[in-house]
Amino acid sequence: MGTVVAVLLVLALIGFYLSWRATRLDRLHHRVETARAALDVALLRRAAAVLDLAASGHLGTEASVGLREAANRVRRADAPHRELAESALSATLRETLGTRTALTTGRESQEVRVAARGVHLARVFHNDAVGDTRRARRSRLVRLLRLAGTAALPDFFEMDDQAPEAAHPRPTPRGSTVERASGDKHLSGQRSRNGPD
Amino acid sequence: MKMRVGVVCPYSWDVPGGVQQHVGDLAEALIAMGHHVSVLAPVGDPEHPTPSYLVSAGRPVPVPYNGSVARIRFGPRASAHVRRWLAEGDFDVLHVHEPAAPSLSLLACWSTDGPIVATFHTSNPRSRAMSATSTALRSALEKINARIAVSEAARRTLVEHVGGDAVLIPNGVSVRRFTRARPLPGWPGEGGSIGFLGRLDEPRKGLGVLIEAFTHLAPHRPGLRLLLAGPGRPDLSGVPDDLRERVVSLGRLDDDDKVRAYHSSDVFCAPNLGGESFGIVLTEAMAAGAAIVASDIPAFDAVLAGGAAGELFRVADPHHLAERAAVLLDDPDRRAELSRAARATVRAYDWDTVAADIAHVYETVLLGARHRPVPQG
Repeated sequence: MGTVVAVLLVLALIGFYLSWRATRLDRLHHRVETARAALDVALLRRAAAVLDLAASGHLGTEASVGLREAANRVRRADAPHRELAESALSATLRETLGTRTALTTGRESQEVRVAARGVHLARVFHNDAVGDTRRARRSRLVRLLRLAGTAALPDFFEMDDQAPEAAHPRPTPRGSTVERASGDKHLSGQRSRNGPD
Repeated sequence: MKMRVGVVCPYSWDVPGGVQQHVGDLAEALIAMGHHVSVLAPVGDPEHPTPSYLVSAGRPVPVPYNGSVARIRFGPRASAHVRRWLAEGDFDVLHVHEPAAPSLSLLACWSTDGPIVATFHTSNPRSRAMSATSTALRSALEKINARIAVSEAARRTLVEHVGGDAVLIPNGVSVRRFTRARPLPGWPGEGGSIGFLGRLDEPRKGLGVLIEAFTHLAPHRPGLRLLLAGPGRPDLSGVPDDLRERVVSLGRLDDDDKVRAYHSSDVFCAPNLGGESFGIVLTEAMAAGAAIVASDIPAFDAVLAGGAAGELFRVADPHHLAERAAVLLDDPDRRAELSRAARATVRAYDWDTVAADIAHVYETVLLGARHRPVPQG
């Protein structure tokens, strides 16, 4: 009798533990989903802010056309080409807002800067969530018992999201772009200037 | 968009410290922007005056942590306190500080299902409490939606010990509060002076390095004095008797006198040995327009823009410090130049700028919560 109770107790504990692990994993996937939604909104907002700036008339014709084209390419890009198109938009923004400081202090350029910062924030949070989830799914227990169910393995969103030069350049973030610890994918990892010394 | 923000400070509110100061300034800046803010923190001394946004989580216990003594609160009763505060606050977003230490912040992470933002302050490669190998700790940290590091060094500590990544948002400084003040009576004085602010008995603040540098400089500069301000008793055993009276220790100062202290020396020195993630003292001195000489630890190097806004000397090298300080003491033009550069550089760290960026993080996190494809129960 005692043995049966003990066995049942152990089985119940194992059950609780597994369901706790599954809940955690589910929460991680959920975190990835919300972070991805935030990133999509942030990218859309940036493209919209760039189109506003291009239409504002504050910039020369050439710069306006360049920005409008880059923003439109972003909107048309399909999934496999999105990261490249978004990176290209970042580069175009740096060219435009980085050099013509006298012309780019208006409201529209400020909104583009804020939107670009939003993209950086959303992308770091997204990739952080993806990293945590991928790490959790590497666990032997999770793989053996298929605790992740049918959820797809989430992917990092890799793009150049370096800010267009700020109006007051910030002294700190040298090499502040993503430098992830996990070695899953390493496209945009810039070494920090201070390095691991 | 106005938000309801719950902020958790793990360290005792009535003890001065960088994290407490950060949380208080952040709360005030967010309230000024129109947000609703409630701060939960341990309070050791019930008589200590607290701001209206603060909710006490009870008395803390002292725990040695990261080379200092942290006064924190943990355990089942603290946990019940946290849950009650969360339920009453009905927050849009929970912002915990330093959640890797066993603390109120960690309890709050466990107790909530809503969006969590976490700020990491510590930069200490040997900080074992940071290591998130334990399952319990990891289960709390993996719930965090957005991580913020206050410096590149703090971010690297996070990446190495916890894993994952963080956005960089530096500490803020209330620039206005420090801009102008009368020097303390009798300072800086005819023969020049070097200032230091911070705990006088904590080795990693590096006062020992400054005192040794002073003993090299003082014999050749008859009027030179050292101004020390902060709690604790400094170790002056290395100072020859004839120089003792030129080392002036003012003890702990109230807020107004602290501001005046930054305006009371010709050269301000931050000799910290490390473990410093950002250096509030340094940015306050910059806001006061001090001519600064600081150790070249990564956090200071970054804040001083690689030496453009203040001289850097090799960390823990009193000879190098003496050399740099001597150049500044002899060159008023260079001091004025550094003062201007410091005031310009520090603007990026003004709390108005910093709090707006932090609110942007909250919005980003909420953006996902509102636009997520399938809401889950």
